[in-house]
Amino acid sequence: MIPPAFEYHAPGTVAETIGLLSQYNGEAKILAGGHSLLPLMKLRLAEPRALIDIQRIPNLAYVKEEGEFLKVGPVTRVNDLLGSPATAAYPILRDAAREIADPVVRNLGTVGGNLCHGDPGNDLPACWIALGGEMTVTGAKGSRTVPAASFYQDTFVTAVGPSEMLTEARVPKARPGQGSSYFKIEKRVGDFAIAGVATSLVLDGKGRIASAGLGLTGVGPTALAAGDAAQSLVGQSPDAAHVSHAAKLAAEAAKPSSDLRGPAEYKRAVVEALARRGIERAVARARGGK
Amino acid sequence: MSVSPPHVDGGMGQRVQRKEDARFIRGKGTYIDDVKLPGMLYLDIVRSPYAHAKITAIHTDKALKVPGVLAVITGKDLDAHKLAWMPTLMSDRQMVLPVDTVMYQAQEVAAVLAETRYAAADGVAAVEVDYEPLPVVVDPFKALEPGAPVLRPDRKEQSNHIWHWETGDKAGTDALLRSSAVVVAQDLYIPRIHVSSIETCGCIANWDGVNGKLTVWMTTQAPHAIRTVYALVLAGAGIPVPEANIRIISPDIGGGFGGKVPVYPGYVIATAASVLTNHPVKWIEDRSENIQADSFARDYHIHAEVGATKDGKVTALRVKTLADHGYTDAAANPSKFPAGLFHIITGSYPFAKAFVEVDAAYTNKPPGGIAYRCSFRVTEAAFTIERMIDRLATQLHIDPAEFRLKNFIPPEAFPYQSALGWTYDSGNYGGALRKAMELIDYPALRAEQAEKRKQGELMGIGISSFTEIVGAGPAHTFDILGIKMFDSAEVRVHPTGAVLARFGTKSQGQGHETTYAQILAEELGIPVGQIKVEEGDTDTAPYGLGTYASRSTPTAGAAAAMAARRIREKAQKIAAHLLEVSPADVEWKDYAFRVKGVPSKSKTMAEVAFAAYTNPPPNSEAGLEATYYYDPPNMTYPFGSYICVVDLDKETGQVHIRRFVAVDDCGTVINPMIVEGQVHGGLTMGLAPALLEEIQYDAQGNIRGGSFLDYLLPTAVETPHWETARTVTPSPHHPLGAKGIGESATVGAPAAIANAVVDALAPYGVTHIDIPIHPWKVWAAIHAGKAAKGG
Ligand SMILES: Cc1cc2nc3c(=O)[nH]c(=O)nc-3n(C[C@H](O)[C@H](O)[C@H](O)COP(=O)(O)OP(=O)(O)OC[C@H]3O[C@@H](n4cnc5c(N)ncnc54)[C@H](O)[C@@H]3O)c2cc1C
Repeated sequence: MIPPAFEYHAPGTVAETIGLLSQYNGEAKILAGGHSLLPLMKLRLAEPRALIDIQRIPNLAYVKEEGEFLKVGPVTRVNDLLGSPATAAYPILRDAAREIADPVVRNLGTVGGNLCHGDPGNDLPACWIALGGEMTVTGAKGSRTVPAASFYQDTFVTAVGPSEMLTEARVPKARPGQGSSYFKIEKRVGDFAIAGVATSLVLDGKGRIASAGLGLTGVGPTALAAGDAAQSLVGQSPDAAHVSHAAKLAAEAAKPSSDLRGPAEYKRAVVEALARRGIERAVARARGGK
Repeated sequence: MSVSPPHVDGGMGQRVQRKEDARFIRGKGTYIDDVKLPGMLYLDIVRSPYAHAKITAIHTDKALKVPGVLAVITGKDLDAHKLAWMPTLMSDRQMVLPVDTVMYQAQEVAAVLAETRYAAADGVAAVEVDYEPLPVVVDPFKALEPGAPVLRPDRKEQSNHIWHWETGDKAGTDALLRSSAVVVAQDLYIPRIHVSSIETCGCIANWDGVNGKLTVWMTTQAPHAIRTVYALVLAGAGIPVPEANIRIISPDIGGGFGGKVPVYPGYVIATAASVLTNHPVKWIEDRSENIQADSFARDYHIHAEVGATKDGKVTALRVKTLADHGYTDAAANPSKFPAGLFHIITGSYPFAKAFVEVDAAYTNKPPGGIAYRCSFRVTEAAFTIERMIDRLATQLHIDPAEFRLKNFIPPEAFPYQSALGWTYDSGNYGGALRKAMELIDYPALRAEQAEKRKQGELMGIGISSFTEIVGAGPAHTFDILGIKMFDSAEVRVHPTGAVLARFGTKSQGQGHETTYAQILAEELGIPVGQIKVEEGDTDTAPYGLGTYASRSTPTAGAAAAMAARRIREKAQKIAAHLLEVSPADVEWKDYAFRVKGVPSKSKTMAEVAFAAYTNPPPNSEAGLEATYYYDPPNMTYPFGSYICVVDLDKETGQVHIRRFVAVDDCGTVINPMIVEGQVHGGLTMGLAPALLEEIQYDAQGNIRGGSFLDYLLPTAVETPHWETARTVTPSPHHPLGAKGIGESATVGAPAAIANAVVDALAPYGVTHIDIPIHPWKVWAAIHAGKAAKGG
């Protein structure tokens, strides 16, 4: 890697990090696992004046159920979503983590980096949207909470300001009758998704869908919420007709563009297929299946 | 009582662990970038963002202010030394640095010389170039249309047509096709791909002005040829350096696959920079430069027609091809074969007549046309014929396996003269296919497929029964720049019976240090651990044409055997002297010299070697060594049959390879483990273009897929479990009966995969799909098929 010269800081606290970010006034970048940022620097597509490495800040790596949430620290490695017992009730996160590149990338890449990079090809944003999660963003004036559905503003643009950082990402604690899944296809492991669909739903005592969330990967400028698709399921029994209808609506919510991964209409068809499979899998899991 | 068979440790046929792997897997190899010389400077290259543009100005002032930057070299600077252009192997010319026009995106525009690698890169970023864009020609068909912009006004032809080449019997082929009961025609595009070896290209040029010596460490597959080219080019540039003062060192190489045969501009610029500064100059490409600017492979637009009789016997083959060569023909082919050995395209079948023509065109793309693990355009040929055989079988409603078995050139027909003039040395095509069918249980698969089709599931079975042509080549037809394509071995047996052997070839990972040592172990009766193999230093190795096109075992491997036999001739006299009998009473048997009729009276090669230095027979020369330059009498023709089973996901178009059985025949096997390794790697490199790899350009000539972000190589996840097996049909003319195996799998695999996918899609009326078979192409084929069926 031959980037232009840059400065490097490894602060020990969040406050110090925010201080450094303000000091560089938008010209510094947070470095987490580096597996999105460093490739950009290698190609000189990103030329930050300084890197602020948050990996040495204590207590930023955790996955735990606490109160009404599953809380994930920003420096948690993607691999820990697979390994942690705390994610057992959130199969969507394990599905997604397993789809993120290869073990090398997963061992270094962080949940915070994956959520903050803002690439529509990242897998975790759609999961956070489907789960109705939220992000804690910390700046000089303290912390605020941003729902995942409004966190993504444009490609590489999130709600995190230039002098802020993500300090926690969380999702509502899993409820009885909840099932979730993540389906993605790619041309090759580690390539950007052709399309991915994140699904989470809760079945009520009668087997009807009490609530649902759907998120889409790789088919728009950011991860997308397929709100109409999710809404169409609420109050329904998860039969073939309703599932297919929701899958169609998910495909309509996609805004794919044609590229090396295929023409837009193909990607839409893939979203429909994956949404159907994803909802079916989530329902099966809600009923106690795998 | 059991008698153990005669044995030499590490002789031929043994699964000897590769000698070179100890250093490779422990990070102790020495690649170019590991070499660091005192006072070394670094070169980095400014590249063009445009595919075709006039350079109106190059501003170097900012770059020269970057700390550590020493100089910016432009085409005008090189032109002053007549070095702005260099000749290609195919009698064309290529820019080292452009004087005024760039011809493809990522072309070298200027070079920055600096004290550190980082300063060089910062200097590159600071060079400002003014361009005036020119019309871009991307499509080779459009390049040949009247009125197309002439890309190479420097040529007197004033056209984008480079050459026309044809072979075969045109009239006879036309007539036979006309009278054939069935003729199928198909357009096939074999896309432009890139070798993407794990080590990119690079060099260190070290001009020693005091002694008038030039040493260049270079990622090259052919160090000797490079040395000769250097001597000629330097003389042309007015810097005459005796060839003996030029030393090319090719250290460990991280994969070549044909991509390290050409001379790249970076080598020449680094050399010029070293001559100018009297400092060693290192130039190492980065990955994007490697993919975007180095020689490409394939890029053949093929129209093929094949005929058959009513009862399914092949008759004639006609092929018309347009080759996209980029802006110059920098292909690395033997001189007499501008389209390589593409005319092996009659494959494993006894076509009575055939005719092949190829036209080459210039476009605004990087130059090349290298033999990417395919012995000079053999992949293009094998893919085409194996696809066309399937097309014919489908047309005739004959099972593709049955159709092949019915048509193969029979074993008793060898040596077989093909319709396009090759003399196939040996083959048993039916044997290989039948073995593959047994291993995969072909009838059961067809039954399963029929069942699946009833349920609307898409399963496909694809066969490829390819014939390769490797081991270039016989002096009467094969040369590069006039240098005949022999290869060489120089073998020295030391007094203690250890051996140092040097070769004109150059391993890039193939395992020569082990394979050649095993040949010598077998021929000399010396344990493999006592034999050291060296290649890649032109000051020490005998002259040879290098390693590519699966030629090393057919040529240098043969030279090893012949040199060893020369040594045995002399050794026999020494043995006779030691045994106190006449040489005629001594025979070489079971790895020792033995008195005829009294085999227990014997001398080992080590004993003889010791005597050669301590006790040579009177009136004889001391020492025990020999050199052999081997001119192969013919090419070798490895072959094989591959069967691939795929399952398709109808909704997403994903192709899942369920099984892949590969039966290869490379004649005598020297190290089965190395052969299997070559096949495994080759199959993966065949899978890659079948499903993933392609370098595309948009209408402005912008490369799409210029880094590993978009240029997708398969990983372990995409790679199926390869099931390999072999048959052994020795080459009758090679001293060991061996044929090459480095490329068979790359050549044979793509057609098996494509045939399997097309077979799976047959219910939708699909008869062809171009590689790479992306999921969206499968999906589109299904949708088009559904639409055609009306629902
Ligand atoms: C070969 C390869 C394949 C990949 N395949 C996939 C894949 O299939 N799916 C997928 O989802 N991803 C994939 N990735 C991306 C990978 O998951 C990255 O690790 C991830 O996108 C970013 O996480 P990181 O910790 O590496 O972040 P970094 O690269 O360190 O940072 C990424 C960006 O996020 C910012 N950032 C990081 N942490 C914070 C924070 N706490 N607060 C605010 N901003 C922050 C950084 O400033 C930077 O802009 C792949 C990467 C590689 C190299």
